[in-house]
Amino acid sequence: MKELLVILFSAILTNNVVLSRFMGICPFLGVSNKTKSAVGMGIAVTVVIAISTIVTYPISTLILAPNGLSFLNTIVFILVIASFVQLLEMVLKKFMPPLYSALGIYLPLITTNCAVLGITLINIEDFSGMGEFGHAIVNAVGTGLGFLIAMVIFSGVRTRLNCVKIPKCFQGLPITLVAAAIVAISFMGFSGVIDGIFASASESIPFFLK
Amino acid sequence: MKSKLAILLNGIIRQNPVLVLVLGTCPTLAVTTAVSNALGMGAATIFVLICSNLAISLLRNIIPDTVRIPCYIVVISTFVTIVGLVMEAYLPALYSALGVFLPLIVVNCIILGRAEMYASKNGPLDSAIDGLSMGLGFTLTLFLMSTIREVLGAGTFFGFDVTFGVLKPMSILTQPAGGFFVFGVLMALSIFVQQKSGQKKIKTTMDCASCGLCDKGSCGGCDKKEEAQA
Repeated sequence: MKELLVILFSAILTNNVVLSRFMGICPFLGVSNKTKSAVGMGIAVTVVIAISTIVTYPISTLILAPNGLSFLNTIVFILVIASFVQLLEMVLKKFMPPLYSALGIYLPLITTNCAVLGITLINIEDFSGMGEFGHAIVNAVGTGLGFLIAMVIFSGVRTRLNCVKIPKCFQGLPITLVAAAIVAISFMGFSGVIDGIFASASESIPFFLK
Repeated sequence: MKSKLAILLNGIIRQNPVLVLVLGTCPTLAVTTAVSNALGMGAATIFVLICSNLAISLLRNIIPDTVRIPCYIVVISTFVTIVGLVMEAYLPALYSALGVFLPLIVVNCIILGRAEMYASKNGPLDSAIDGLSMGLGFTLTLFLMSTIREVLGAGTFFGFDVTFGVLKPMSILTQPAGGFFVFGVLMALSIFVQQKSGQKKIKTTMDCASCGLCDKGSCGGCDKKEEAQA
């Protein structure tokens, strides 16, 4: 249990997918101009990352790896993710129209979001065998939540940017990137947090985790 | 011949994929901590771009329009897998330094974007030159950014010490935050040069928009769409 919590929190905070792993920068910069769309995109990415890990991890460990076909991981994963996203879009459209109108527009973008392919590939490298399937899922969910948090925080920063007078050549994307740098610095502050909470956990587990 | 040269220069300066078109931001930020990594990434991307542009241009009349994106992805990921296997065999140090960003070339929007915007409409030779040009533009920007970040952040260039015992490296520049900062400043600089030189501003669009997927109504969340609706 403790191990899973460590994975979850380090995926959300210390190894934040956007701000320290540099994946999914494109939607992070593109869709974060309004908090509402940032939340929608964050939730859609979390769902897609979690489900693609559930689908791709068994494919890799049960089918590809035993047959020595691990080099096909990338090709198989991107196809699985692309077709799965398409399927999800159709299912949502048919059975859950309200959810589709909220998330639908973000779904096609997610196929080319490198966070999804990246995390499924990292999960294969970091964890091995079906015994660690749970770890992989927790890592995927944590990564998605980390993306969501980064998007929401950053969309708040960007609304503030609208009220500031900016030098002409910095307008638009450049100042957004500089703002992202400052948000990334704030996330660097989390680097020791996980060790602090969990390192001596065997002796003193914080009350809220007992 | 002149037109071929124009295609070649187009991607390096006027339509630089990173600074002007804003494509492929993820690898740009991630691998520019060291010059050697940046050049390795650039070389791998050039190879994939040329080969995929060539292949897609040759197949452009065979691929049905409705399933073209999955087809492009299969072609691109095949070449990425080849690069990955070759690099693992002959350059294992670079392979492990690039890590997950090597397979992630598949979802690098420069490649899918050029396939959609250029290779699917032009002949094989032009497409290959366009791939080379975009790849060179990408590599040069990566080289510039990694030089700034490595020299100022780690005090080394290609791994050799350049501090002469005097300068003190600012390690923040090799951290993720420094990546965002250097990228932002470089982009501002390129916009500044464009404005000074009186060049007509090329609209910088966000990643997904530049992929060309937007026009087909398959994309939703980017600035371009919102502008179209407004």
